[in-house]
Amino acid sequence: MAKLVIEGWIEVSLVYVVIGFFPLFLSRNFRVLFLIFLMRLESHLSSKAFIGFHYNLPPVLALALSSFWMEFLDANLELKEIQKLQGHTDRVWSIAWNPATAAADVPTVLASCSGDKTVRIWEQSPSTRSWDCKAVLEETHTRTVRSCAWSPSGKLLATASFDATTAIWENVGADFECVSTLEGHENEVKCVSWNASGSLLATCGRDKTVWIWEVMPGNEFECIQVLQGHTQDVKMVRWHPTMDILFSCSYDNTVKVWWSEDDDGDWSCVQTLGESSGHSSTVWSLDFNAKGDNLVTCSDDLTLKIWEADITRMQSGDGYAPWNHLCTLSGYHDRTIFSVHWSREGIIASGAADDAVRLFVQSKDGPMNEPSYRLLLKKEKAHDMDINSVQWCPGEKRILASASDDGTIKVWELATLC
Amino acid sequence: MEPDLVASVQESDITLLKSSEDIMEVAISVVLPRLLPLQIEIMVSGLINANPIVDIKDPEHPYSLEELKVISEDAIEVDNERSYVRVTFTPTVEHCSMATVIGLCLRVKLMRSLPSHYKMDIRVAPGTHATEAAVNKQLNDKERVAAALENPNLLDMVDECLAPSYA
Repeated sequence: MAKLVIEGWIEVSLVYVVIGFFPLFLSRNFRVLFLIFLMRLESHLSSKAFIGFHYNLPPVLALALSSFWMEFLDANLELKEIQKLQGHTDRVWSIAWNPATAAADVPTVLASCSGDKTVRIWEQSPSTRSWDCKAVLEETHTRTVRSCAWSPSGKLLATASFDATTAIWENVGADFECVSTLEGHENEVKCVSWNASGSLLATCGRDKTVWIWEVMPGNEFECIQVLQGHTQDVKMVRWHPTMDILFSCSYDNTVKVWWSEDDDGDWSCVQTLGESSGHSSTVWSLDFNAKGDNLVTCSDDLTLKIWEADITRMQSGDGYAPWNHLCTLSGYHDRTIFSVHWSREGIIASGAADDAVRLFVQSKDGPMNEPSYRLLLKKEKAHDMDINSVQWCPGEKRILASASDDGTIKVWELATLC
Repeated sequence: MEPDLVASVQESDITLLKSSEDIMEVAISVVLPRLLPLQIEIMVSGLINANPIVDIKDPEHPYSLEELKVISEDAIEVDNERSYVRVTFTPTVEHCSMATVIGLCLRVKLMRSLPSHYKMDIRVAPGTHATEAAVNKQLNDKERVAAALENPNLLDMVDECLAPSYA
């Protein structure tokens, strides 16, 4: 009787071991689905509490094998350089992908701004699939152009400059025309950002203020409020991807959250991320995950911090839901991290002053209620000098662009080796 | 008091700052021998004054290096494999803006002398200055340094400090 049971068990185990090899033949998305299916099967069987462990052991073996393949295959990811875009004669500070060109067959467009006072527009050619410089926006800014941002519709481009102005450009035929200039900051404007609907624009600068502008018909912009609160130079501003909440990062080591309860109400600082569990040096950049419930910040203190909030509560109109510190990624960087960007798939890319690009993903190990992140890939010497900006392409493919002090922009593809 | 890199500087301060040029020459003379790549030595040797390091005393300059005690050999750390340079200087001037400007001059001189892939950290020697954390933070914030160097007045002053005044 025992012999029969053992023989049967060996057969079943063999079947499951074969099943464990399936992930090798599946594409990435199916591998994940397959793993989920196996996990469900395993928990179903173990919950049935059959005669002995031998009913759940084979599926556990299959699960172990599948997980091993997935880790192995993940480890064979590399950041492949597709193209190096040259043309700027000074450091490239910032890059931005046009969100409207995210559709499958539409060639992507990238804007870059530089210390040479110009903004370059790079367009992917449909035939050669490589990016060429389509336009150079010059003779408008008289100092370094620090930041650029496309409106959600992709029709307008806002550029922020050290000359204390923000220029709005419109794509007119094959060329770009400066349709508006926003003045008001006392000194260098460091960043510009459009809200999700394209109705509001935010700028920030060394004068420690954040300005909110309303976009009106006819390319008119009106400043609706000047937000004071930061005690130092404001490095970056960004709107939340789904709600009209504004975030600003500063040299004073904090991130401030600005919100207006009513549509016509006053904007005020509803939270400051920094007093406890915050950064200990200048916060350079931040970004949100696809859902908008997680936030990652990067700083001169060599760490990345992940924050979370109950967005659904806010979306249902229940008042402000505060952001809480979730975890800190430290020990991965040894020089200032200038830029961080979260892809739609959940891969966090960071660009730092040590010329490397690092990719982080949420770790599958670790306790269920405490998310942790692991380093997926480190691309050393991605550039010859400091990396100032990293941006994932908003399309389907895993394309990443990076801008550096060496005056070049590189376009990378995250691909599996096999 | 928060020192601002773009603060205006007095004429009398420039005389004082000119003596900081000695720091530049010593910094380069001391940094150079440690930078093993021969190309760098050849490239920068043209900038070096023929005077020996030990006894720099120029009649034009009121202060000598010993008197200034602003920089010494162990204040310069060079790591060739990692292409990293760290300079620690002691500002003898009380005024915060002066310390920031001296640091800025050091940074500009190094930026112009070293190959572009070298990373550098300029720091005020610990315990020598009241607002050293603030000065260090500003000196190592490349965006602030870049913006400051776009200011023509500041750039002129830095250039004047770094220009060799004796043959």
